[in-house]
Amino acid sequence: MTAPALRMVDVCKSFGRTEILRDVNLSVERGERHAIIGPNGAGKSTLFNLVSARFPVSSGRIELNGDDITELRAFEINRRGLSRSFQITNIFHNLTVFDNVRCAVLWSLGYRYAFWRRLSALMDASARADEMIDRIGLRRRRDALASTLTYAEQRALEVGITLAGGAEVVLLDEPTAGMSRSETEHAVSLIRRVTEGKTLVMVEHDMGVVFGLADRVSVLVYGRIIATGTPAEIRANSAVQEAYLGTSRAHA
Amino acid sequence: MKPPPLLYPRRVLVWGVYLAAILVAPLLSRSGYWLSLLSQVAVMTVYALSFNMLLGQTGLLSFGHAVYYGLGAMITMHALIAVNQHVFTIPVTLLPVVGGLGGLFFGVLLGYVTTRRAGTTFAMISLGIGEMVAASSLMFPAFSGGEGGLSSNRVVGKGWFGITYGPQIQIYYLIAAWAFACVVAMYALSQTPLGRIANAVRDNPERAEFVGYNPQVVRFLMVVLAGFFAGVAGGLTALNYEIVTAESLHAYTSGIVIMMAFVGGVGYFFGPIIGALLITVLQMVVSSITAAWLFYFGLMFLMVVLYAPGGVASVVVEHRRLWQAGVLGKLAPAYLLAALPVLLVGGGVVAVVEMVYRVMKEQSAQLRVFGVTVDATRGLFWIAVAAAIALGVLLLRKVGRTVSDERHRVYATLRQEQRT
Repeated sequence: MTAPALRMVDVCKSFGRTEILRDVNLSVERGERHAIIGPNGAGKSTLFNLVSARFPVSSGRIELNGDDITELRAFEINRRGLSRSFQITNIFHNLTVFDNVRCAVLWSLGYRYAFWRRLSALMDASARADEMIDRIGLRRRRDALASTLTYAEQRALEVGITLAGGAEVVLLDEPTAGMSRSETEHAVSLIRRVTEGKTLVMVEHDMGVVFGLADRVSVLVYGRIIATGTPAEIRANSAVQEAYLGTSRAHA
Repeated sequence: MKPPPLLYPRRVLVWGVYLAAILVAPLLSRSGYWLSLLSQVAVMTVYALSFNMLLGQTGLLSFGHAVYYGLGAMITMHALIAVNQHVFTIPVTLLPVVGGLGGLFFGVLLGYVTTRRAGTTFAMISLGIGEMVAASSLMFPAFSGGEGGLSSNRVVGKGWFGITYGPQIQIYYLIAAWAFACVVAMYALSQTPLGRIANAVRDNPERAEFVGYNPQVVRFLMVVLAGFFAGVAGGLTALNYEIVTAESLHAYTSGIVIMMAFVGGVGYFFGPIIGALLITVLQMVVSSITAAWLFYFGLMFLMVVLYAPGGVASVVVEHRRLWQAGVLGKLAPAYLLAALPVLLVGGGVVAVVEMVYRVMKEQSAQLRVFGVTVDATRGLFWIAVAAAIALGVLLLRKVGRTVSDERHRVYATLRQEQRT
């Protein structure tokens, strides 16, 4: 049996005396699409930040394909095949769309810190960047500065940068936040397309998106995972309904 | 797919014109002053571009870039002294590389400390290290030459084909050749994976980390490489003046390069080339005409920061874009109209500054302008100057509105054309 793509074991995180995550245990199998839902302030983004080493854990262990990555730095984790997007768009504003994506493929193609090779002559990097730009639907904006894109385009670029390096495990932090209905539908089909065959972990508020995309769902409430299961199981879970879905339905 | 060609017509043209200008410029005048001005411009071009590898390309504002320049100059000078004393033999032609390697060495040494953090922390650490190195240079007079500095003779032996680097024209061409090579190398560097990732780290170090790059390593490599080019610039200045003093390490030398980069424009590769040219001319030419040159220097810096925050290069690029779109001609009348009030205000301000300087510093109220002696003690002079400035300002307000309206119109039509 192969190790899960991503595994969190008894992970805790506190800022000062405030506990954000308590004994989180989570296991995501290879090729699974896993959504993490929960009310605001439940610690969903913090969970992502721990996995991607944006913050250090207070205690516990995180494994990627069976290897302990708890002590590694962000770029080291990325090189091992885990990539993430951000809730607040995190792109290279003064570079073109093309350069944004090309920067994201350079390391995985082995160009590292080369300062003796001509960038524009690296055709594999250009080809892979262009391919990703096509897939995220930004071909028309290829040579535009990232800062001049619309919000939805920037979100698409964010996903493109996240995936261009060829990571096998992908974390998406609220990929449809702040989008209109039609933009959301567009984004969901984009995510479905570009994460084909990859392990996907996503934080998402939009229940339509979650139940449409995810194979399994974990519910995080006040720093604890109170339930994990298929969308149908989660819908039927009374504790979840009480803690989260009930209020969400009341709003909707 | 085939890679794009390295040399395409436009690129060949731009670099060809630049090279031709470098080669032809010294033939325009036979005065030694002209040659030393050109040499200084060439040295400062390399120095300013090396600085902008950090600021413009990597987003690192260094307040201590003179460290690499000054130490490079001193190390070159020690090598020259050693060559003169027959300790070892290196052709004088290659000595700037020694300075470069010196800069590279100190880049490795100090870069490790400075590049752990970016932003304000980097700026403050670079300031501290700059001061530290400048102060310790006087503690080690054997290395820095103490108060008197280091000096030697660049004419070593007979030289090949009569090239001894004795005459100023020969040293100019040596400096120009090295400077051109460095400019090409620095441009090439900006077009490599490291160069582009440096831009990525500048824009968003966190994101760079999440695409697999260690921002600290990127910054470190850029500091080391910038140290190399600053060291070459120092080596060239050592050969040019045959003397290196501790001043080359001082905060002034670190500060002037910031000004060059900002005035020229940090957002474009060629920006610092313009800045180095403008400020060196101001330093050498205007300072020989008037004692108030530092005032004009400050004024120019202020004007650029206020009215062209992207530097001269951004103005050039904007107008080239308008020219390519074929709409620059529409702006020309408005610009011409603005020339008169600008001249009035500018001339008035210069007159006031010159007079005040003379009265305060030289206790003389006489000023000769185009063969006419003006006397500042007479009220008529002040009335005339005040009137000129007032009229200029009034006109400028009116014309300024016309210019900005015209610009808006041009951009509006441009946007419309792009849409259709």
